[in-house]
Amino acid sequence: MKQRLPLLITLIVGLTLIVQFFSPGLSFIQERFTNWFLVVIVFAFLLGFLSLVKVNITKIKRRSEDWGYSIPLLIALFTMAIIGIGWGIGEGTIFNWLFMNLMVPMSATMFSLLAFFVASAAYRAFRARNLEAAMLLIAATIVMLGRVPISSAGFLSYLKLDAIANWIMTYPNTVGQRAIMIGAALGVVATSLRIILGIERAYMGEE
Amino acid sequence: MNRYRALFLLGLLASTPYVFAQVETSPEGGELLAPPSNFIAEDTPLDNGNSISLSWNLSPEDIIGKTDIEGYIIERSTEKETGYQKIAELPAGTTSYTDTEIENKKNYYYKVYSIGKGGIHSEPIYAGPVIASTQWFNPERTNMLVASILLSLFVLYFIFRARKGEKLYIRPIAGLEAVQEAIGRATEMGKPVLYIPGIMDMDDIQTIAGITILGKVARMVAEYDAEILVPCCRSLVMTIARETVKEAYLDAGRPDAFKTDNIRYLTDDQFGYVAAVDGIMLREKPAANFYLGTFYAESLILAETGHSVGAIQIAGTAMPSQLPFFVAACDYTLIGEELFAASAYLSGEPLMLGSLIGQDMGKVIILAFIIVGSVLETFGVDVSSLFLTK
Repeated sequence: MKQRLPLLITLIVGLTLIVQFFSPGLSFIQERFTNWFLVVIVFAFLLGFLSLVKVNITKIKRRSEDWGYSIPLLIALFTMAIIGIGWGIGEGTIFNWLFMNLMVPMSATMFSLLAFFVASAAYRAFRARNLEAAMLLIAATIVMLGRVPISSAGFLSYLKLDAIANWIMTYPNTVGQRAIMIGAALGVVATSLRIILGIERAYMGEE
Repeated sequence: MNRYRALFLLGLLASTPYVFAQVETSPEGGELLAPPSNFIAEDTPLDNGNSISLSWNLSPEDIIGKTDIEGYIIERSTEKETGYQKIAELPAGTTSYTDTEIENKKNYYYKVYSIGKGGIHSEPIYAGPVIASTQWFNPERTNMLVASILLSLFVLYFIFRARKGEKLYIRPIAGLEAVQEAIGRATEMGKPVLYIPGIMDMDDIQTIAGITILGKVARMVAEYDAEILVPCCRSLVMTIARETVKEAYLDAGRPDAFKTDNIRYLTDDQFGYVAAVDGIMLREKPAANFYLGTFYAESLILAETGHSVGAIQIAGTAMPSQLPFFVAACDYTLIGEELFAASAYLSGEPLMLGSLIGQDMGKVIILAFIIVGSVLETFGVDVSSLFLTK
């Protein structure tokens, strides 16, 4: 029963949602399921909050490695929660000010690291170790040069790098991306069928 | 001469009284505005009923920047001549409105007129009767329905063949062959395995695929007596990942080794999550990193940090824009469909493998369709494009 009930629910919900996709008259079902999903998320969020608090309090108690970072984390967590619940989160509130002046710049800082990581990953990826890597190197060099103003300066303008870069992005790149998307779409159908029919049960234990 | 001129003017006035009468007045005494035109009321297509769509052409006097028209009034009635009630007042420039406050299978009549300053308005124009109804099938999705049924039949057929005991060949996938090696390495080094199931919630099929693979990976980890860390970006994913890992440890006969806090929630914020996972990588120095699910800009930050700590890295996603980053920074990458095939592949169960063959057959059909369609289109036969677009 412990196994059968979730499988039955999965089967019914899966088939219902597939049918409603093709039937506008049943579109209310998806809206209802979306609302239920949001309700479940709210309760799950509480579990996530408790997990975060528990893990970090345990870390402080045990003086685990870098336990000091857990203190500002918990202070920030409770401060934002209390301020948000107590004084609101709209425009002009303290919560909004903290979010815009602390959270957003910190996120932007993390995002900016991407530039350096792109450089280090590109350095490794573009080494011409074999034919495929050499082709990748040539294509990447053309696309990079073709996308910056220098490609139309001086003698480089005769090479028409911008036109070649556009051709690479429009044809080979689009073809590759679409092939991946078609394959993924087929994978989605097969995975969904396996889950709906109860063949795929890894998410609830095998036996 | 003056007498003739006076008679001429008098005759002119007498013969053209409509010149003055042509300027009609509103009930309030003002001049009438020009009405909108081509008023159409129709059942809203492809909806679940209780909705009528109205459209009209703007009044000729409704011109941006120099209009006297302030807007349009829409009235509705269930009788043609009487009983009209205002249902909407819309600003100038509006040419459509959807009435959703109605019942199915009932006649409705509508009128629309333009309004201006000082209460002046135009003559109304009418539309109706119109009846709202529910559409039970969306014909625009016929092609998708046909393709889905065909593909599902292929998958089911090969599952059926596998169930009968037929041996099916699956091409080896290097990234999945390396899973065991990566977990074995982590066990030998006494370091944990880090598993990231993407940054999206459980309503994303890639997250579901990531969680199903987590079940297999966690079982191997439990059998090898290694440790697995699953930091989650969504609390619902954490809840399900916990259950999945717990069940995997139970299946492996190692429930005592399961640590709840190893599957933890960090934050919903994309870059806050990246910062926290990078911190975990630098502190715990995992020997194997798995990135399986939906990823966006954080993919390279995670993979490069993982590379810097010397971990074996296996990634998989169906996000075409993130695949190059994973290919560049990870040891193995599952591309698109391989992510969805991974759970079946790792299980080795005939039923699961049968579904993979069905998936591959679907690819063969699509490939044949693309080739035939390309040839037909080249020769000007547009049957295939019509099927795909209509």
